[in-house]
Amino acid sequence: MAQPVASVAALSSDGIAVPSANPGAASSLERPDLIQQNGQREVFCGLTSIVWLHRRMPDAFFLVVGSRTCAHLVQSAAGVMIFAEPRFGTAILGERDLAGLADANEELDRLVRDLLERRPEIRTLFLVGSCPSEVIKLDLAKAAERLSRQHTGRVMVLNYSGSGIETTFTQGEDNALLSMVPLMPRSDEDQLLLVGTLADGVEERLTSLFQRLGIGLIRSLPPRSSTELPPVGKGTRMLLCQPFLSGTARALVDRGAQFVRSPYPLGVEGSRAWMAAAAAAFGIDPATVAAVLDPLVERGRRALAPHREVLAGKRLFLLPDSQLELSLARFLQQECGMELVEVGTPYLDRLLMAEELALLPPATQLSEGQDVERQLDRLRAARPDLVVCGMGLANPLEAEGFVTKWSIELVFSPIHGIDQAGDLAELFSRPLRRRALLQLP
Amino acid sequence: MELTLWTYEGPPHVGALRIAASMEGVHYVLHAPQGDTYADLLFTMIERRDRRPPVTYTTFQARDLGGDTAELVKRSITEAVARFKPEALLVGESCTAELIQDQPGALAAGMDLGGVPMVSLDLPAYSKKENWGAAETFYQLVRVLLKDQLPAPGFTKPDPTRWRQEGRRPRVNLLGPSLLGFRCRDDVREITGLLADHGIEVNVVAPLGARPADLQRLPQADLNVCLYPEVAGPVCSWLERSFGMAVVRTVPIGVGATGDFLVELGEKLALELSLVGEADRRSRLPWYSRSVDSTYLTGKRVFIFADATHAIAAARIASQELGFTVVGLGTYSREQAREVRAAAQALGLEALISDDYLVVEKAMAEAAPELVLGTQMERHSAKRLGLPCAVISSPLHVQDVPARYSPQMGWEGANVIFDSWVHPLMMGLEEHLIGMFRHDFEFVDGHLSHLEGASGPAAAAPANGIASTAAGNHSRLADGPGTSQDTELVFTAGSVQAGGGQELGLNWSASGEAELSRIPFFVRGKVRRNTEAYARDRGVNTITEEVLYDAKAHFSR
Ligand code: SF4
Ligand code: SF4
Repeated sequence: MAQPVASVAALSSDGIAVPSANPGAASSLERPDLIQQNGQREVFCGLTSIVWLHRRMPDAFFLVVGSRTCAHLVQSAAGVMIFAEPRFGTAILGERDLAGLADANEELDRLVRDLLERRPEIRTLFLVGSCPSEVIKLDLAKAAERLSRQHTGRVMVLNYSGSGIETTFTQGEDNALLSMVPLMPRSDEDQLLLVGTLADGVEERLTSLFQRLGIGLIRSLPPRSSTELPPVGKGTRMLLCQPFLSGTARALVDRGAQFVRSPYPLGVEGSRAWMAAAAAAFGIDPATVAAVLDPLVERGRRALAPHREVLAGKRLFLLPDSQLELSLARFLQQECGMELVEVGTPYLDRLLMAEELALLPPATQLSEGQDVERQLDRLRAARPDLVVCGMGLANPLEAEGFVTKWSIELVFSPIHGIDQAGDLAELFSRPLRRRALLQLP
Repeated sequence: MELTLWTYEGPPHVGALRIAASMEGVHYVLHAPQGDTYADLLFTMIERRDRRPPVTYTTFQARDLGGDTAELVKRSITEAVARFKPEALLVGESCTAELIQDQPGALAAGMDLGGVPMVSLDLPAYSKKENWGAAETFYQLVRVLLKDQLPAPGFTKPDPTRWRQEGRRPRVNLLGPSLLGFRCRDDVREITGLLADHGIEVNVVAPLGARPADLQRLPQADLNVCLYPEVAGPVCSWLERSFGMAVVRTVPIGVGATGDFLVELGEKLALELSLVGEADRRSRLPWYSRSVDSTYLTGKRVFIFADATHAIAAARIASQELGFTVVGLGTYSREQAREVRAAAQALGLEALISDDYLVVEKAMAEAAPELVLGTQMERHSAKRLGLPCAVISSPLHVQDVPARYSPQMGWEGANVIFDSWVHPLMMGLEEHLIGMFRHDFEFVDGHLSHLEGASGPAAAAPANGIASTAAGNHSRLADGPGTSQDTELVFTAGSVQAGGGQELGLNWSASGEAELSRIPFFVRGKVRRNTEAYARDRGVNTITEEVLYDAKAHFSR
């Protein structure tokens, strides 16, 4: 990457700054107009990210303060329920709480007390706000402070919003991480900070590669143990593992971290650029980077080849869902030879997406937000070969004759890094191969 | 405020969605934030539906709240009506919208919908749940669609036997089957066939597969069959009150209940039904259950937790048709708690009415069953406790929507039930044995089949004579009558064993422990439990090997 480290000044924490001159995206003039849609959104809310966050931090508990709907959403999104007592739950507001017959704060205190008694292993408790708790203006920040005081030394209580009126699907993770930023100790030592949940195995692999590149200290947010928060400060180079961490990225910059700009680590080329950007931020000589990564790149490309054969020339339509859409589109177009029909994203953070946008072909039709019926009209008219969509839409589209890949799997699967590129491509080639295999009337 | 980890039922608007999605020509406009669209996957993934449920969500956001969310509701309604051209429109809100009080139903009432009948749903999200929401929606929909046909007060009730005078076959409505209900699709087919065999026609099936116009034909039937009281109870009562329509309330699950169902139908329709021998002719359950092979089912301890309809039916089948011992009975359906309490009482039990799966799991562990019949929640609890389990009720998972025809109701339903309940009793054992002990010489695969004969397990037991005896006779030491074949079929989980011994003043001596350890693992828990019960009864504090033998002698009397 030409300029891996953004100037801190370019990143103000207030809102989504849209850089006026987008480097590398000079071609944006030729880009078809962004379709901005403001109708029905077929996207989960931020509560969904609890499903992977609780696995990442086994000593944390996620307590949604919400309704039966919220409980049902998390349960349905989780899909499997193999845990005796999961490390997440919902404090369901009842009529008494709403009518003011019961003091919601006292109720919450009682419930948390009982919970902590039953689950002594919990070190961090996240109070997760929902639409109902926000609409009735239940102040969870205050509640978290109060509860932290009540249980000092025993458990840290944090809060964030996963509500559907504020967040989509993966934005829940952004808010969860954001709630931890103020607690991160200060240290100006040189370190690489990987931000965003990765599968444990992938994280280990990437860490060892960074070490091979010569980066000494590598830490992650979120950490595996909620009590071992990484420090942050002037020596921190922040590398985002996921493209949906707008708020966290800005908050870390405010705490002195340098933002390493890069495409995201999906695919061989994206992952290579990502690692190279980190190396450059540490002043590591490109020859070293090439020496370490080129053999992996070589192998990764070989792993991609069979999938490329299936995917090349096929037309792809991505519905907005996980916020990974732009990165996936870039990977599937650049490395697998797919043609992009429409690339939807729940919201477009031009700053975090600048590098991805620059890599997309100029004629790519982007869309932001959703109006699901109209978008499906466009989809039907375009007849793509493969559709990336949420779980609610996959089977109905299959029944209409489309081949689909549901996107929620992408946030649960180890797909990051050069070594995983083949597996990532396989997730997309499999439905097409399957369609070709089946000989059904 | 109440802590919930996993829930049996969704919110009431999900119940409304089940009604809308079950029918044709109905559309539901739901004032709700974007996350609530997760409900679509219940239908497209769990039920494997090939189309989206007919619902438009307004998906309002925080930034809309200051502005005009009511405008958003109206726009959504206008667009939905234009695009989907529904024959009936449901308008309602989810938990969050309930708080902002836009009253979408009232808004819709003030709009020109081009004559589409509109039902405004008022489903209190903070006090009610999914099944209640489904029942209420079905009831409101029927009420709105039949309002022009309402008989004047003081009308004469239609006579359910009028089919005779009218020179036609009797015809009935089948009410209650819905998506996400348990095996409804197949039950409808089975019951339709059963009725046809007895010369009874089906007038309307609803909500599953019905159009609004079909609901308007409901009064043309001679009576209503309330197949699933959870969904159809209120509608049936209302049709009884307002239209004078008779209701058949026996739910035909199991051989006995299917017979009773036909008897009730025959009586209400004044139709001679020749039922003698029908159960034996049409279902294999009666004969399979009488056959000697089934002796090993005798007294199997079964724990039942389900929706009220399936729980009550299961208790009857288990106790009367399979000879099991029901050791626990409960439901999460508070609306039908009374009926379940009565059924439990008849079995000498106290019903468990709860929607906390941890309470249910605890009760399950304490009851030490050999088979669990439950929802998919109990499947998970049973898995953790190492108990075999069959799912008999919603909430369900994708695997509970099988491709093959597998009703629960009627004669074929009884066959399906026999197979699906007896199978896990054997599989539970086989899987665990084969998986964990395949290297032990005494547990080679051949010995796992109960068809091996009585000598099988005893002969296969370790050379150690004592253990062999214990294995051979465990069934009596364990409890209840049985043959040595039970050895293979009684599988007691480690967790049950862990429950014992820790109680106040009861401990095992080294010799007792040693003796216990010689007993094959799969009956050890039971032996431990019974020996401890025996010791407690006699005020013995330390269980030695002699106490164990005394207990054995006691139980084999
Ligand atoms: S384990 Fe079984 S019942 Fe549970 S979620 Fe998975 S498939 Fe469904
Ligand atoms: S959208 Fe809001 S009400 Fe719905 S599940 Fe998400 S947080 Fe709960």
